Formats: sequence, C-alpha cells, structure tokens
Amino acid sequence: MASVPAIAVEGLRVRRGGTEVLHSLSFSVERGSVTGLLGPSGCGKSTLMRSIVGVQIVESGRVEVLGEPAGSRSLRPRAGYLTQAPSVYGDLTVRENLHFFGRVLGVGRGRTDEVIETVALESHADRVVSNLSGGQRARVSLATAMLGEPEVLILDEPTVGLDPLLRRDLWATFSRLAAAGSTLLVSSHVMEEADHCDELLLMREGRLLATESPDGLRRRTGRQQLDEAFLALIEAEGEA
Amino acid sequence: MSLRVTSAVGVRVLTQLRRDPRTVVLMLGVSPFLLTLLRGAFDQDPAAFQKVGGPLVGLFPFTTMFVVTSITMLRERTTGTLERLMTLPLAKLDLLFGYGIAFALVGILQAVIAAAVAFGPLGLDVAGSTALVVALAVGNALLGMSLGLFVSAFARTEFQAVQFMPAIVFPQLLLCGLFVARDQMIGVLQVLSDAMPLTYAFDALDRVTTEGSLGARGALDVAVVAASIVLLLGLGAVTLRRRTA
Repeated sequence: MASVPAIAVEGLRVRRGGTEVLHSLSFSVERGSVTGLLGPSGCGKSTLMRSIVGVQIVESGRVEVLGEPAGSRSLRPRAGYLTQAPSVYGDLTVRENLHFFGRVLGVGRGRTDEVIETVALESHADRVVSNLSGGQRARVSLATAMLGEPEVLILDEPTVGLDPLLRRDLWATFSRLAAAGSTLLVSSHVMEEADHCDELLLMREGRLLATESPDGLRRRTGRQQLDEAFLALIEAEGEA
Repeated sequence: MSLRVTSAVGVRVLTQLRRDPRTVVLMLGVSPFLLTLLRGAFDQDPAAFQKVGGPLVGLFPFTTMFVVTSITMLRERTTGTLERLMTLPLAKLDLLFGYGIAFALVGILQAVIAAAVAFGPLGLDVAGSTALVVALAVGNALLGMSLGLFVSAFARTEFQAVQFMPAIVFPQLLLCGLFVARDQMIGVLQVLSDAMPLTYAFDALDRVTTEGSLGARGALDVAVVAASIVLLLGLGAVTLRRRTA
C-alpha cells in the first residue's frame, strides 16, 4: 500500500467549451509531501485540481487519489478541496460555517476552534462572513478544507492576497501537515512560493513543462531565481 | 443518507434565514397582508371572499417557498458551496431533505399566521376544519419548494430565477380553478391544467372550504400533490451533479 502514490494522473485530457484545455497530463504525487502547482493564470491549474477532486468532467485519462478513482464516494472524507473563489456561506458567521461543514464531516466542535486558530481568525469567529475582507473569506474557506484532517489536500491558490506574515505561517502549517503524513497539492501563480514546496509541477497552456524539486530545477536550468528558471524552461520548450 | 447531515443542512438553512429578518418578515407577513387587502376589496361581496379565502391561505406558501428555494439553491450553485458539498460525504438526499425539513417548518409558521389572521379578524369561515387547511398549506409549501429546487437548475442568474415566478407559478394559479371554474375554460386549457400540480392542490383546498371534507376525490388530490413532490425532488436530485463541465 505504501507504494501507491497519493495522486496518480495518466494521460488526462479535459475539454471545456469545445476546446481542449488539458493536453494529456501525466504525473504522480508522493504521500507526505507538499507539491506546488505553478503556472500563469489560465494555464489549467484549477481544471487539473477539479479533475483530481473529481468534480470535473474529463475527456479521457486516468486520475487516481490514494489508489482509487478520483471522485469515489470513499474518497470524500479523505480528500479536502479549497476552491479558488471562497465557497462558504456569506450569511453565516465564521463559526457557523465551520460547525455546519464539521457536522457534515462528523468532526467535533473542538476541531472547529483549532482550524479557526490555524487561519488566525479567532477574533472574527462570530462575524458574518459577508462582512469580512476578501482575504479573510478565503481563510474561512481554507479552514473548511482543513476541517476534516483529510489525507489529501487540494488547495487552489490558498495564499493569494494574504498578509506576508500569515502566508509564511500557512506554508509552515502545510509543511507540518505533510510531515505528519498528509499530502498537499497547492497551486499558485507566484513563483516565489515555489521554494516552500518539496516538488513542483510547472504548467503552461495546459501542458506540464517540468515535474521536479526546486533545487533540481535550479541545477537543470543553471538559474538561481525560480522565476528565471521557469522562463528558461519555456524558452527551451520553444526551441525544441 | 444520515440524520446528522440532514439535520445539519436543515439547521443551516434556518440559521441563514434568521440572519435575514427582512425576508422572514416578508415571508410571514405578506400573505396576511394580501388576505386583508382582498377582504377589503370584496367588501360588497363577502361571499366571494369566503369562496377564495380558504384556498388562498393554502396556496400562499406554495408561491413563497418556490421563490425562496429557487434563489437559495441558485446561490448554492453560483457561490461554489454546492460544488464543495458535492466533494463532501453528503448524500444528495441529505441536502434535499434538509431543505425540506427547514422549509416545511417555515411553511407551518406561515400557514398558521395566515390562517390565524384569516379565520380570526377577517372573519373567514370554511366548511371543513381549519387545521386541515393549514395541513394542506404545509404540503403546498413542500410542493413549491421541490418545484423551486428543480427549476433553479435552469437559471444562471437571480434575474432569471425571479422570472420563473410569473413564468411557472402564474399559469398554474390562473388555470387551477381559483379564478375561473375549470369546466368553463376552453378544452386545451383544461387539459393543460390537468397536468399542473397546483390544480390538485387547489381542488383539495376548495373541497375543504366548500364541502367540508376531502372525500375520495380530495384524497386523490392529496396523493397527486404528494407524488408531484416526490417526482420533483427526484428530478431535482438529478440536477445536482457531482461532476460538471
């Protein structure tokens, strides 16, 4: 069982609105790691994440999570998903939102307080979500994704627009979760976040340019800055 | 299905409603207000008020729940909360029944208030039991809810969802027999009204109002309304997709 990767994708193709947006992607993500999914907006990161969670209709290919087909009923309590736009109830308070999702997941109220603390919203716990700032709403949504202590966490741009201090704390939380055995796939369009990840999936226009560690990428391209390394990869691709 | 999840959905829907007192006041206050207007309008013709008052008490919850449910469900779809729920260990029936329980409770409250005003100060009198009128009203609230849930899948914006009210509810109100006896309509409309669930909801209420009891035909009406609720909930469940394009 230990050899089964947390996420295995093979030959994944997705069409949206008549055009193919993911062109035969293949990769796997090992358990207990933080993998960064990086690429410019519109390159297909969210579609790929939706396919892994099993909410995206796919054209062809195989997507497995923890050895089971993506979207299987048995995976629902084991995989957490953060959508790009915060998906929580605006007319409920932070705590009411988490209590609701907690009851759906069957977790206790103590866990609710823990995740509120993780996203640093203790002082806003009894505020109605629609009165919070965009970044705070995103944190409520993130807290909801972490609520059930899932084995696999798919996070679509969790750190966008957040205070740098909180961003650092969240990446530390992600590393801690991975060290405890969870697997995290975290997307971002900011290359500087790549250094927080064990492995990188670099995407552009619906294709994977590279799957390797930040240091591996530096060695291969000879660039110290990861955004420059990404550029070098794109240029190399163009020449090939 | 799980009782824990179903009740979580019900409690959540009621909490959301409570957060919006203006909507609650409108939901509970509009039917007594309209009944009062009607009573004044029929000042010179009290018999006409006696004829339509009973059925109206029972039909108001249908229209209210239709609008409230279609908008609430549309919001679940557009804000991404439905997609999130579909990735969680939640059965579609948990969601549908959770909504059903919450809106049935609101329907009871709404019908009781409308009935209290109509049968009290407005002097409305029905041949049958007022409790039966309230019970039928709650059934109609569930009918409105299940219809709203189903049609919400066909609206992309709240503007569209609101327009379903005149497009889907008004024809049923016009043809159910409330305004004109069905046997006086042109044939094609009679056939059309045969296919509309509200026709049966009205017929049951009309029987309690004028004849005093449901009788065999009224019992059949209730069965048709119940079957419509189940059918619409089933169709609604089909529109809740775990995977989307």
